[in-house]
Amino acid sequence: MARKVTTRRKTINTVFAWMIGLLIFFPILWTILTSFKTEAQAISDPPVFFFFDWTLENYAVVQERSDYMRFLWNSVILAGGSTVLGLIIAVPAAWSMAFVPSKRTKDILMWMLSTKMLPAVGVLYPIYLLFIKLGLLDTRIGLTIVLMLINLPIIVWMLYTYFKEIPGEILEAARMDGASLKEEILYILTPMAVPGIASTLLLNFILAWNEAFWTLNLTAAKAAPLTAFIASYSSPEGLFYAKLSAASTMAIAPILILGWFSQKQLVRGLTFGAVK
Amino acid sequence: MATQHSRSAARIMMAPAVILLLGWMLVPLTMTLYFSFKKYLPLRGGDLGWIGFDNYVRFVSSSAFWPSVQTTLVIVLGVLLITVVLGVLLALLLDQPMWGQGVVRILVIAPFFVMPTVSALVWKNMFMDPVNGLLAHLWKFFGAQPIEWLSNAPLISIILIVAWQWLPFATLILLTAIQSLDSEQLEAAEMDGAPPLSRFGYIILPHLARAITIVVLIQTIFLLAVFAEIFVTTQGSFGTRTLTYLIFQRVLESQNVGLGSAGGVYAIILANIVAIFLMRIVGKNLDA
Repeated sequence: MARKVTTRRKTINTVFAWMIGLLIFFPILWTILTSFKTEAQAISDPPVFFFFDWTLENYAVVQERSDYMRFLWNSVILAGGSTVLGLIIAVPAAWSMAFVPSKRTKDILMWMLSTKMLPAVGVLYPIYLLFIKLGLLDTRIGLTIVLMLINLPIIVWMLYTYFKEIPGEILEAARMDGASLKEEILYILTPMAVPGIASTLLLNFILAWNEAFWTLNLTAAKAAPLTAFIASYSSPEGLFYAKLSAASTMAIAPILILGWFSQKQLVRGLTFGAVK
Repeated sequence: MATQHSRSAARIMMAPAVILLLGWMLVPLTMTLYFSFKKYLPLRGGDLGWIGFDNYVRFVSSSAFWPSVQTTLVIVLGVLLITVVLGVLLALLLDQPMWGQGVVRILVIAPFFVMPTVSALVWKNMFMDPVNGLLAHLWKFFGAQPIEWLSNAPLISIILIVAWQWLPFATLILLTAIQSLDSEQLEAAEMDGAPPLSRFGYIILPHLARAITIVVLIQTIFLLAVFAEIFVTTQGSFGTRTLTYLIFQRVLESQNVGLGSAGGVYAIILANIVAIFLMRIVGKNLDA
């Protein structure tokens, strides 16, 4: 029995929600708009919203001056590599905890979560030192491993809550019907686990992409991803809002698009199991 | 009905994750503890021997310590308060029937995808700049004196930036939780004449308790470690030096590793106090 809603009320809801939505989105919109302005228009008083001379010049300048593609590539490798590596390690672990739970499963899960609470800054120097000693400072491989480790507890935790949702009875039923272990995994478990794994992958890609403690502290030039690329804009030199905006837009665009496309899965990923 | 065989298989499957995390936790932690009892200045003489608890005493008695603890707590609690309260309200609103719900949801979620260095820079320059920032234009439009956000209201500015980033996360989780609420229960309450406020207080809010717990837990983990937002905006000046930032300065800027490591141990203890408290709630939820 759906509730009847008057058109009037729906209209009020719509107007109100759109206003708030646009307000929250506004900083991003403003950044994107500013990236197409000239530097003079970017700081004009009063501000101009749409009626300015649209230009792509800022993008060209930013790319030329700072080699955007290299930072982008580093971001892709670091975020993608750490996520895939994390999944390879976490899937079996979460799987066994969900389907063969023991008395200690809960303790292990809790302990894993507690390692995530270890403040990064508390181990900054040891990691820094180890990186120097092992020749990992400013390398992609070193940073990939660190990003994988800091997100591993979240990956395991998320996967566990997903796998937990898969009813054990289905497996038993399949077994009764004579399915082999291989068939069981291939035809029954995998299809049910894929959405959970995909959501986990996505969320961790985003978290790793946006990670800005280790990426700022353990990179210099070669392995620096987009977070560091943007931080290099933090010392202003004259008129630079439009270029800052262009650089920012380029840094967030890939993940913004990815996030929007997979919005539904993201909602499931962030909440499944943890919020019912 | 796990057999002995599947149990040992399970243990093997779990081993890589457990061993890696154990190493990731124990190796650096042991090193931090080790350095914290040494006078260790890499650029000024290196390892100058054991000094017992000197670093611990010096770190706490330095005039920067307590303000940094306070700053940390203000930022964490401020952001949590804003995101949870606004998150609940926003989730309630987004749950209402409307046109273009999907688009509004996309608009609301977007800040979550913006990397911290970008949001900090954009807010700092394009919004909070006292001359060219949009907020300054807005203030001038209403005839008010523009605020120098980052120097005169630094904590509020940083809380605002961080809350903007985390509001989508809270809203998203709470919205999903609200949508899973049995609407017949609400209708029954409505028919029995329960006013909106008590419907919210007795049905919706208790239903959301678990989701709110999750939001608080996950956010606290990330908020205690806020770094880029301060690194890019104030660099720890104007009273925005959190414990995290203070230790970062001791270790990497002044290269006093012993002192910074002692600070690191304090940060770990502080985080653990919060963690124990939060994990108990999550542990209960895991059983349910």
